[in-house]
Amino acid sequence: MASLVSHPDEVRVISKRFGQGATDIDRYLQLDGYKAVQKALSMQPDAIINEVKNSGLRGRGGAGFSTGMKWSFVPKQSAKPKYVLCNGDESEPGTCKDRLIFEHDPHSVIEGVMIAAIAVQSHTGYIYIRGEYRYLSVIMQKAIKDAYAKGFLGKNIFGSGYDLDIYWHGGAGAYEVGEESALMESLEGKRGVPRIRPPFPAVVGLWGGPTVINNAETLAAVPHIILGGAEWYAGLGTPKNGGTRLFCLSGNLNKPGVYELPMGYNLKKMIYEVGGGIPNGRGLKAVVPGGSSTPVLLPEEIDIPMDFDSVGKAGSMLGSGGVVVLDDTTCIVNFALRTIKFYQHESCGWCIPCREGTDWLKKTLTRFHAGAGLKKDIDNIYYLSENMLGKTFCPLGDAAAMPTMAFVKKFRKEFEDHLDGKPCPFEKAADRIPAMA
Amino acid sequence: MKFSQEFEQRFADMLTHYPTKRSALVPTLLYAQDEAGALTDEVIVELAQRLDLTELEVRNVISYYSMLTTKPRGKYNVQVCTNIACMLRGGEELLNHCQKKLGIGHKGTTQDGLFSLEEVECIGACSWAPAVQVNYDFHENLTVDKMDQVLDEYKKKGTM
Ligand SMILES: Cc1cc2nc3c(=O)[nH]c(=O)nc-3n(C[C@H](O)[C@H](O)[C@H](O)COP(=O)(O)O)c2cc1C
Ligand code: SF4
Ligand code: FES
Repeated sequence: MASLVSHPDEVRVISKRFGQGATDIDRYLQLDGYKAVQKALSMQPDAIINEVKNSGLRGRGGAGFSTGMKWSFVPKQSAKPKYVLCNGDESEPGTCKDRLIFEHDPHSVIEGVMIAAIAVQSHTGYIYIRGEYRYLSVIMQKAIKDAYAKGFLGKNIFGSGYDLDIYWHGGAGAYEVGEESALMESLEGKRGVPRIRPPFPAVVGLWGGPTVINNAETLAAVPHIILGGAEWYAGLGTPKNGGTRLFCLSGNLNKPGVYELPMGYNLKKMIYEVGGGIPNGRGLKAVVPGGSSTPVLLPEEIDIPMDFDSVGKAGSMLGSGGVVVLDDTTCIVNFALRTIKFYQHESCGWCIPCREGTDWLKKTLTRFHAGAGLKKDIDNIYYLSENMLGKTFCPLGDAAAMPTMAFVKKFRKEFEDHLDGKPCPFEKAADRIPAMA
Repeated sequence: MKFSQEFEQRFADMLTHYPTKRSALVPTLLYAQDEAGALTDEVIVELAQRLDLTELEVRNVISYYSMLTTKPRGKYNVQVCTNIACMLRGGEELLNHCQKKLGIGHKGTTQDGLFSLEEVECIGACSWAPAVQVNYDFHENLTVDKMDQVLDEYKKKGTM
């Protein structure tokens, strides 16, 4: 079980019930559980959507799209059943937050799915949890069962006349399945090869029916918004970036952990105060601000508010909330290589720019880091990435290209230091494990 | 092919969750593998038949997902994450250590069938890095010493 941390600057909304025994449905009820869904049942569906729109809640899965807006794209009338699908595939390197929600507050995800379903007038929801998270699947299966036993799910929920079923679903190891259209393929029992868009899932999704797909943290925020009100939630964050988010601090920090901070919290402060700064008297080299697919930031670029728009302005992305901190003993070439190895491994192979591009990048970076790099490789690495960008069938290609381009652009000197058969200058720099113990 | 009662119950439930039978495939494959040790020909034929699929359709899905395997692994599958957050805190050193200690490489299995080893991608434990999963159990904030303890405990458990 993952350990919990705390910091005085935290604003606990999503994590309010962490460590409170809320996996137990009666305890969840004591802690205001299932009140929001009952309120939602008394509201007009459009009023729910407007409330979520006005709250400024944006997708916590990575892209930061307005949740209320996404829901409003679902057609009112549909010949085929509508669905809500919770994305709990959580596999973007640096990200470990949905895990805590499932572990400590599974009913909040169920309640979020319920409210989303009522808002778009769907009667079926699925909660997809990655296969590696078996213990969380067990927790979720029990939570759903308990909700049925209380009459919160099934026919005529809370005596409202509304029928709603929610089911769990499990993956079996694949990052690409976190991509929304691949997620639907996986749920339909197929390989996780993405679908072409348009049509978007909100119009044609699971089994051809309109489908709302949201990240687990996004959905867990919804009950709090319905109970606390859009104005309150929006006020916690910065303009157009409502609420709080779970930031997963990792890498070379004294106090790594998952902290819930208001949107717009300063990144530098997050690293030096919340995360406790860099251990062993070392310096900061770089920060990957939102999961491995987001372009790296230099120390002089981190005095910024952590919201979608500000990080975008700084040339990167808020992404999935995974803040990875690199100290000055890290070899950027090796780090870039490990990053691209991941995307090469996870590429589904469907389209050529991604399948061949990630493979070529991996081969070039492997050779380069091993000391057999050529000067022209540096431009080639950049050029290869640039040629993937925007040209792939799904955004995994971009996720591989964007960080690689930033590594080359911002650390060209370090690439050059690996040339002419010189050994990696960082190879022996740090004995990592004892230093961290 | 005989599965546990728990498996059968879950499978029967799952079939009521979707408009198509096929949708139960991915989670069912993983649960079947956990019981049978691997997705053997026998398991594949059985599941294909139950879900009205061809064997080839099932094999196509199996080859996509990294947790699914047609070859048996050791009793304890040691999965070491070396992705970025773990790498920064010694994940690669941990993997090297496991390789030496167990005398096997990536996707290898010890001769006694007790352990297999895998270098894996991010397992969602980045803030508690370096992290390892042994079967489904997480071991976090590891050091070489703690890793040794973990392996020793499994060894004791497995040879009891
Ligand atoms: C390659 C790839 C992997 C993704 N993995 C995840 C994931 O693990 N979890 C997630 O919630 N979203 C993931 N996404 C984003 C989803 O496609 C989708 O945008 C998101 O689930 C929508 O929910 P949100 O609007 O609440 O963020 C991924 C996207 C891509 C391109
Ligand atoms: S970009 Fe990569 S993951 Fe996406 S469809 Fe193409 S090959 Fe598959
Ligand atoms: S990078 Fe190792 S658990 Fe995420």
